[in-house]
Amino acid sequence: MKPLDVVTGAVEKARARGATGVECTLSEGEEFSVTVRMSEVETVKEAGSRAAGIRVLMGQRAGSSYTSDLTPEGIARMLDAAFELVEITTEDPFAGLPDSRDLGTLQGDLQLYSEDIEALSTPQKIELARRAEAAALAFDPRITNSKGASFDTVTGRHVFANSLGFAGEYRSSYCSISVMPVAKEGTIMERDYWHSSARRFSGIDQPEEVGRIAAERVIRRLGAKKVETQKVPVIFEPRTARSLLDHVFDAIDGRSIYRSASFLAGKLGEKIAADSVTVIDDGTLPGLMGTSPFDDEGVPSRRTVVIENGVLRNYLLNSYAARKLGLHTTGNASRGVTGNAGISNGNFYLEKGSQSQQEMIRGVKNGFFVTELIGQGVNIVTGDYSRGAAGIWIRDGELAFPVSEVTIASTLQEMLAGIVGIGDDLRFRGSMESPTLMIREMTVGGR
Amino acid sequence: MNFSESFFALKFGIQTRDLENYLSEALSQGGDYADLYFEYIATSAISIDESIVKSATQGVSLGVGVRVISGERTGYAYSDDLDPDKIRKAARIAACIASGPANTDSFGLHEGARRNLYPVITAPTETGLHERVDLVKRADRAARAYDSRIFQVTATYTDNLRQVLVANSDGVLNFDRQPLARLSVSVLARQGDGPAQSGFDGGGGRVELSHFADVKTPEQFAREAARQAITQLDAVDAPAGEMTVVLGPGWPGVMLHEAVGHGLEADFNRKKTSAFSDRIGELVASPLCTVVDDGTIHDRRGSLNVDDEGNVTQRNVLIEKGVLRGYLQDQLSSRIMGSTPTGSGRRQSYEHIPMPRMTNTFMLAGDSDPQDIIRSVPKGLYCANFGGGQVDITSGNFVFSASESYLIEDGKITRPVRNATLIGNGPEAMRHVSMVGHDLKLDEGVGICGKEGQSVPVGVGIPTVRIDKMTVGGTV
Repeated sequence: MKPLDVVTGAVEKARARGATGVECTLSEGEEFSVTVRMSEVETVKEAGSRAAGIRVLMGQRAGSSYTSDLTPEGIARMLDAAFELVEITTEDPFAGLPDSRDLGTLQGDLQLYSEDIEALSTPQKIELARRAEAAALAFDPRITNSKGASFDTVTGRHVFANSLGFAGEYRSSYCSISVMPVAKEGTIMERDYWHSSARRFSGIDQPEEVGRIAAERVIRRLGAKKVETQKVPVIFEPRTARSLLDHVFDAIDGRSIYRSASFLAGKLGEKIAADSVTVIDDGTLPGLMGTSPFDDEGVPSRRTVVIENGVLRNYLLNSYAARKLGLHTTGNASRGVTGNAGISNGNFYLEKGSQSQQEMIRGVKNGFFVTELIGQGVNIVTGDYSRGAAGIWIRDGELAFPVSEVTIASTLQEMLAGIVGIGDDLRFRGSMESPTLMIREMTVGGR
Repeated sequence: MNFSESFFALKFGIQTRDLENYLSEALSQGGDYADLYFEYIATSAISIDESIVKSATQGVSLGVGVRVISGERTGYAYSDDLDPDKIRKAARIAACIASGPANTDSFGLHEGARRNLYPVITAPTETGLHERVDLVKRADRAARAYDSRIFQVTATYTDNLRQVLVANSDGVLNFDRQPLARLSVSVLARQGDGPAQSGFDGGGGRVELSHFADVKTPEQFAREAARQAITQLDAVDAPAGEMTVVLGPGWPGVMLHEAVGHGLEADFNRKKTSAFSDRIGELVASPLCTVVDDGTIHDRRGSLNVDDEGNVTQRNVLIEKGVLRGYLQDQLSSRIMGSTPTGSGRRQSYEHIPMPRMTNTFMLAGDSDPQDIIRSVPKGLYCANFGGGQVDITSGNFVFSASESYLIEDGKITRPVRNATLIGNGPEAMRHVSMVGHDLKLDEGVGICGKEGQSVPVGVGIPTVRIDKMTVGGTV
């Protein structure tokens, strides 16, 4: 049976059993992964799997279930499980499906799937990983080891239908190449990585380019020192700046807003960031990782201005959060194959500025250029920010020496208001991206 | 119980002969070793938010993973269908990494000795839904009753029952039934119009549902989460820079998990990419430190009768009186390093390749009185509770986030401070341990460890410990 028929059939069966609302998802995927380490093939993995999930509503109560068994018997058991759970959940006045007028799908080719990924042979994939690692190993004699290079592909199909008559499906593909070299000097060892990913094979960077960048990054970490504890300007390169966008997303996620579990709850229309800051969520941009024709409730993806010139304009919502807040869904519903919908971003980015990264560094007398962050130390409820960091110290406008084993701390409120530089280097690699960002002052915790 | 009475034999009619056929197929292109991992997992999740049970989910997933090892190469494929043709196809795909004559040895599958570290008769997943939904409702009520300043409560209960069957070309045939349950409570507190603060507590294990009546109740988890949030209402800014840090007993053991545990997983050491590579026999910690990883503790979240490669779990001494003793080994690394598996091969599911992982990682108790440890510090930080942590295996730098910590002033715990990250270097930080308390405590059973995209349940533990020097990532 075709996946779409499985899904619409399950919706019909649930309706026939008395459900007042039904949502059904089916997702299938094929994955291939090869890892090469020190020029030898280390792992080859290849497989495919499918799963379906259903959410049923009886009035204002919901129950959800999933299965990997897509036979008629498996689907029937899945329905039984969901109906059983409806009995134990509580009436929620806001539970429901989206307004039927909001349902729909974007038209036109969004370039989410490319056949060129399926055309690659296993030896070709191995060779791509091998070339990326070889470029890194050849870069400098201090790169003596490697945690390997990988080439991965995923292709999939996502199918969704609900009891309001929506039924849609789309295919997607993804490939990525990554390499993680290890450099050694004396007894000191460091690793770094670089990767490139795209929905089509022709969209990723050359393996040699990926290997070279990874190598440059690991070499410049050698000889890292801990600095004195001090307050200085901090520059986040795009790889680390994107994590700040991640925190902004968590703070404007409608679920955190209606629960007052975000420092940005109740701040709509208020100035929350520097004038230069504009943040957009756009799920409609062709070929990008955060694009889809419809969200996981069957609402078309769209473009939403989240922060405009420093002013908070919109939260990102699914239909439930929208009803709770008296707002309108932004088409950001998300779920695996089952459960109440959560919220996720489309392509979520901070609009680029006009300065080059180099100009930004040149303007700093004493500061910290952050290339890696570790740990979770961010509290969206309070905005408290404290994370482990590594990078390069800036002295008199130059990248002077590598730094590691330090922390950087502030609050997200102060960091957003303190953005004093935005780079011109925005590039879409994943679904959340930022150009280089400079923050006026943070506490660097060290010696 | 014999294999013929096991889950996969009874429910899917799988026989030893079938397993041997699949292994033969896997080694049809040569290769040194092959294994099969059958998994059936039933899960449930129930959560309450705003005093409404908004979400309840249950489901099942089933599949088999086939692995072939040839030298240092691994081929892996899986199927979510136990149809023999599909399994044989997966075996042929996994076999592609080998190139040689078929390995036609007889595998002589034999069942290992059995024990049961979690003799759960009725797994929580098999109990009535009403009993389970009651847990989150009770947690919600208790948290709200604790203090009028508590304004949001989310409680989530999850459980799963995992049936596994492992057969490998060395002749190992093992199976296990692994129940797991976890209850967690998150709360927010607010004083007037002031900023909100959060609190969290949770626990569980490989236990009967009665664990939440006999060992720790939803009310106890709820009150603890609420207490933390209320405490944080008075928190002052955290200090910044190097200082003396005292870790409280229990969950702060996550520090060991990050500082030493990951760095001692054999895959990193075989590849010499760990800060601990080639350092067996060296002093890597203060002589007060003995750190073990023990997968055999009854009922615990991190425990397993057999690991996901069919090997019996054990108690592994990682650091003994400061000296590095051993690594956590799986099949692949132990074969290449000429060592033996330590029962540490784990995987998230049948879709994943196993690798060396921790189980329950903790430091043995020392002699010091916990109060004396605190009294010994003129100025420092006392960490009672942590969020998560992370480590860069290669440099050895690790972090963990303190979610409940206090200033120590003149040997006394004084004001609570805001959340801060602490950072150190694995082989360095452990040398600065100067006092170890007699109060070893294991965590309550909430830990999840992530490595290379795979999550597995783990446990941690530690007694009260004084670390003379660590960098605290506050703002003042």
